[in-house]
Amino acid sequence: MRKSASDRVIDSIIVFFMLIVIVVMLYPLWNTLIVSFNDARDSIKGGLYLWPREWTLFNYQSVFKTEKVFNAFLISVARTVITTVLNVFFSGLLAYVLSHKDFVFRRFLTIFMVMTMYINAGLIPQYFLYRSLGLIDSFWVYVLPALVGAFNVIVIRTYINSLPASLTESAKIDGASEMKIYFNIIIPMCLPVLATVALWVAVGSWNSWFDSFIFAPKQELSTLQYEMMKILSSSMQQGVRQPDYLQQSQQQRSMVTPNSLRAAMTMVATVPILIVYPFLQKYFVTVNIGSVKE
Amino acid sequence: MITNLATSKATTEKPRKEFFSQVKKQKELVLISLPFFVYFFIFNYMPLWGLTMAFQNYKPQLSFFEQEWVGFKHFQNLFTDPDFYRVMRNTLAMSIINLVLGFVTAIGFALLLNELTQEFYGFKRVVQTISYMPHFLSWIIVCGLVSNILAMDDGILNEILMALGLIKEKIHFMGKPEYFWWIVGFTNVWKSMGWNSIIYLAAITSIDPALYEAAAIDGYGRFGRMWHITLPGIKSTIVVLLIMNAGWILNAGFEIQYILGTNGLVLDVSETIDIFVLKRGFGRTSGFAFGTAAGMFKTVVSAVILVLCNKIAGWVGEERLV
Repeated sequence: MRKSASDRVIDSIIVFFMLIVIVVMLYPLWNTLIVSFNDARDSIKGGLYLWPREWTLFNYQSVFKTEKVFNAFLISVARTVITTVLNVFFSGLLAYVLSHKDFVFRRFLTIFMVMTMYINAGLIPQYFLYRSLGLIDSFWVYVLPALVGAFNVIVIRTYINSLPASLTESAKIDGASEMKIYFNIIIPMCLPVLATVALWVAVGSWNSWFDSFIFAPKQELSTLQYEMMKILSSSMQQGVRQPDYLQQSQQQRSMVTPNSLRAAMTMVATVPILIVYPFLQKYFVTVNIGSVKE
Repeated sequence: MITNLATSKATTEKPRKEFFSQVKKQKELVLISLPFFVYFFIFNYMPLWGLTMAFQNYKPQLSFFEQEWVGFKHFQNLFTDPDFYRVMRNTLAMSIINLVLGFVTAIGFALLLNELTQEFYGFKRVVQTISYMPHFLSWIIVCGLVSNILAMDDGILNEILMALGLIKEKIHFMGKPEYFWWIVGFTNVWKSMGWNSIIYLAAITSIDPALYEAAAIDGYGRFGRMWHITLPGIKSTIVVLLIMNAGWILNAGFEIQYILGTNGLVLDVSETIDIFVLKRGFGRTSGFAFGTAAGMFKTVVSAVILVLCNKIAGWVGEERLV
């Protein structure tokens, strides 16, 4: 169909609008990026909008050289990797079990599991549970509560059910065990959905700070997000103490400021996700529609 | 496209003997699922026991049998607490703003994206990818970005407004209570508009293209088709989502209000029911019981609204789901 002149005008207006959307979406992060590459003392003068004035890698060096920040980074990586691997493995396993239409406990287990998405005893009972399990101020408080996710199970199960049944039938006739089928057939066949769920779990684990704040406040277990939280609140509120590494660096008149350090930490915390998510984009629809019916 | 959940009625009605032979036959599946039962029980069902605290004068050093039972005292205290009404007002206000702004922007964005035809395919993909990006950022990062953008000295928004001559002196956005709800609302739009548009775009693709041709022959223009074909085509999706989201009305969010509220200037309007539970529960000695009661109130009311909304969504969505 040939486009009329008025169609062209409308197209241009929409394209223009979308360009504005792109700028609004990207600019805040772009601004942080240039601050992270700009000399901290120079940044204080202000007026940094489009491009760094005095290039430096010092802010990034500070992230990795300040012991507490680097340790928090390592904890973040560790919790994310361990949680993601375990959650995907167990959610997939349960999904496979529930994909057996003739499984005797299928209905009961499904309801038992789906209920967990709705019932929530609240923060304080949760705290007491973790305390009685010895999880308070333990690394495992980051991992154990997220071993399997009901919603992930549903998404993976839907995917498994959409695969042809013949895939597993011949293996069953050959007498392969369920675990073997799960490892050798289901996991390789489900890689797209497992990758999407993995992204999910990883982002959730990587981005959380509240569990550090409430359940694991000790410094050795702090995460990158929680350190950023501390820096942000100390710069927003008078009277909230800055983390001691910032105080020290200011006493030594070193070149790092709360804002610049936080900018570099923000980029360190963001770039890994930004590299990965566009590759999984086409699967987002599945997850999104699944969530409506959750 | 929509999958039904937990609707396997087929296998339940069977004689007892058959049941046991089934269990035996499916020994391996049963063994695998056992740890999952235990796991869900410990991490999701056991904390429910802690709700008994809401009816006690809970003291952590005493055992369960030594606790003093106080009935609904904490709930009475809750309902007579002026702070409770303040946080409820904030929660509802921010929920409603988020709901309305979130829906309008996500739907509008999806409609406009859909108008970008084949020749803009690459551009459309780029816009979509970029619009999903903020969804993956943590609230800490987002709040940091917001406070940079809105800063008094050097914040880009103040600079732009000044340059355009719209304001005469810079606005202290983060310190003025009247702006707070809208900052939260628009931050939510920024973070999730792209993400939320996914489902509408998916719904739009299932509209019959013949309808557009017919409308074009009838002389409808671009906007006419958008209004008379696309929007009605995704109406049921919108309604179902709207009802289901209304079920989360007491979840106005927690992190953004908590983080942006740390400057202490806007606490009056920033604190939500979740923050109230946190501050009362952990903030004062012997606050555990009161905090639990407040949390329980929220959970129970939420559950009722959620079930209602899901029911309504089921009725409304039926024609589409079948």
